Amino acid sequence: MAEISCVQALNDGIREEMRRDPNLVILGEDIGKYGGVFGVTKGLYEEFGGERVRDCPLNEASIIGFGVGLAISGKPAITELEFMDFATYAMDPIVNQAAKLRYFWGGQVKVPLVVRMPITAGLGFGSQHSQSLEAWFMHVPGLKVAIPSTAYDAKGLIKTAIRDPNPVVFIENLGLYASKSDVPEEEYLIPFGQADIKRAGDDVTIVAISAMVPKALKAAEELAKDGIEAEVIDPRTLAPLDIDTIIESVVKTGQLVIAHVAPKTGGVGAEIAQQVTEQAFDYLDGPVVRVAAADVPIAASQALETAAYPDWPDIVEACLSFQE
Amino acid sequence: MTITHEQQIEMFRQMWLVRYFEEAAIRLYGEGYYRGSTHPYIAQEATAIAVCAALEPTDPVLATYRGHGACIAKGADPKRMMAELLGKETGLCKGKGGSMHLSDTNLNFIGSNAIVAAHIPMAGGIALSHQLDGSQAVTVCFFGDGASCEGIFYETCNMAALWKLPLILICENNEFAISTHVSESISVPDIAIRAQGFGFPGVTVDGRDVYAVYEATREAVDRARRGDGPTLIEAKTVRWTRHSAVSAGGYGSGGEGERWQQTDPIPRYQQVLIEQGILTQEQASQIEEESRQIIEEAVGFAINSPVPAPEELYEDIFA
Repeated sequence: MAEISCVQALNDGIREEMRRDPNLVILGEDIGKYGGVFGVTKGLYEEFGGERVRDCPLNEASIIGFGVGLAISGKPAITELEFMDFATYAMDPIVNQAAKLRYFWGGQVKVPLVVRMPITAGLGFGSQHSQSLEAWFMHVPGLKVAIPSTAYDAKGLIKTAIRDPNPVVFIENLGLYASKSDVPEEEYLIPFGQADIKRAGDDVTIVAISAMVPKALKAAEELAKDGIEAEVIDPRTLAPLDIDTIIESVVKTGQLVIAHVAPKTGGVGAEIAQQVTEQAFDYLDGPVVRVAAADVPIAASQALETAAYPDWPDIVEACLSFQE
Repeated sequence: MTITHEQQIEMFRQMWLVRYFEEAAIRLYGEGYYRGSTHPYIAQEATAIAVCAALEPTDPVLATYRGHGACIAKGADPKRMMAELLGKETGLCKGKGGSMHLSDTNLNFIGSNAIVAAHIPMAGGIALSHQLDGSQAVTVCFFGDGASCEGIFYETCNMAALWKLPLILICENNEFAISTHVSESISVPDIAIRAQGFGFPGVTVDGRDVYAVYEATREAVDRARRGDGPTLIEAKTVRWTRHSAVSAGGYGSGGEGERWQQTDPIPRYQQVLIEQGILTQEQASQIEEESRQIIEEAVGFAINSPVPAPEELYEDIFA
C-alpha cells in the first residue's frame, strides 16, 4: 500500500493497461512527449512510443472521431480532452457516434473508447474552463459515465473503463489531482455501478460527486460535532448509477442532500432526487435538498467564482435544514 | 487498364441493382411501407460501383445516408438491405438502422452515417488502425459536396496527411446540399483542389464515367498501399431526384431534370460495353431484367419479414 496522488493513480492505471493490451492507443493534445497538460500521461510516450501515445493537432472532434474509428476496428482507444469544456467541440463523435453505432448497426460493432476529461472548476479559469457537464453525458443512452473522487477509485475505475467494450466518459477533476489516498500495490479493478460509502452515518445521507466528496466529508466532520452523523455516498459512476445504495441509506436516514459542482438546474442531483422520490418517497422526512452551483456562467474574479460554487458550509447548512 | 471483362460486366450488373433498389425504395416509401426518409443514389451509381470494384474485399468502406449504392457495391444482400429500410428483424441491422444507417461488417461495409461528415474522422481512425497493424488495407470514405464544408473534413485531411494514412476520400459532388447549389456554398470550382492545401493529391473525375472513377481509385489505392498517404477524389456527378423522400420540391431552377436524364451513367456504360464487344444488347437487357427480379424478390422478402420483437428495444445498447 502506498499513498499516491490521483494523477499518479491514473498514470499507473493507464500504464498497466497499456502493458496489458498492446492494441490500446492513446490520442490527445500534448499527451505524448509533454506528458499531458496536467501530467496524467507522463512517461507513457517514453515507454510505449509515439505510435501508441499519439500527439494530435488541436481538433477535439476529430481526436474523438479517430478514437471511435480505432475502437470499432478492434483497437481500444483512450482519448483525452484537456478541459471538460472542450467536449462541446466533440459532442458529435461522443453522442451521435460512440453511443449509438452498436445499436443502430444491430450489434455488429463494439466501441471500446474512453474519453477522459477533467473538470477544472474553482481555479480561476473563467467561464469556458470551469464547467461540470456530467449531466449531459448521463442523459445519453449508450454512454457510461465514471467520475471518481479519490486516487484509489481513479485507478480502479480507469482500468475498468479501459477494459469496457463500450464508450466511457471518464470525468476527472483538476482540483483533486494532487489529493492522495492509499492505493494497493497489487492489481484491482472497481466495477461500474457500485457506489462507495465514504463515511457511514445514520442521521442524514449526503450524495456527493467529484470535488464535492471531500467537501461532504468535511461537512460530516462538522456535523458530528453537533451530534449529527452523516452518511456520505460517492456514486463513482453516474451511468450506471447505483441507486440502490443511495436508497438503502435514505431508508435509514430519511434525509437526503445531493452535492455537485454543476449548476443546480438540470443537474445530476435532479435525476437522483427524482429516482429516490419514485422509489423511496415514504421514507423521506422532507424534500431532497440540492447543494449545487448557482445557475450562472462562471466569472474569473475569485470573489464571484467563490460565490457561484458550493462549499462544505453549504452542505452543513443543507443538512441542518432538516432539523428546523 | 487491368480490368477484366468479367469485372466490367459485374459493375454493369451492380449498377442496375442499385437503380432498381432505389426505385423500389422510393416506391415503398410512397406506399407507406416505412417512415423517416430515404436518399436515393439514382444517377450516381457509377461512382460507388467503380470505386468499390477497384478495392479488395478486405478494404473497409464508410458511406453517407445516401449510401445504398456503396452498400450494394460492397456486395450486401439486397434482401436484407430492403428489410432494413422497412425496419424488419431480418434487416442488415435488425431494423434498428434503417435507410441511413446500413452496415455489413462481414463485407467490410463498415456503415453509413446520418450526420454529415461525422464518419470522415472515423474513417481516419480505421485507416490508422490498419496502419498500426501493418496491414495493406485501404479505407475508403464516401461523402458529398455538402460534407466538404464541415470542419471535421479538414481536420481529418490534416491528420491523414500528417500521418500518411491509407485513406481515400471520395467526394461525390452532386452539386446540391439539399437545395443549396455548390456555386452558393463552395469557394472553388473543384473541391479536389482542397487537398493541395494539406499536401496530398486531389483529382477531379467525371463520376458518371465508370472507367475514369475506376482508374483514379486504382491510383489512389496503389498510393495508399505503398504507404504514400491519402488521396482526395472528387467525383462530379448529379442528383436526379430531390434530396430525400421527404424534401419538398426539386431544385432552384427548372430544366436540370431533363439535362441530367441525358447523362444517365447506365446507358452510357452499356454503350461502351456493347461497342467493346464485352456484352451484346441482348445480354445487357438480360442483366437488367435479372437485376429487376432480384430487387422485386428483395421487396417481397422485406414486406413479408417480421418486425423486431419488443425485447430488441434493450438489446445492442452495450456489448
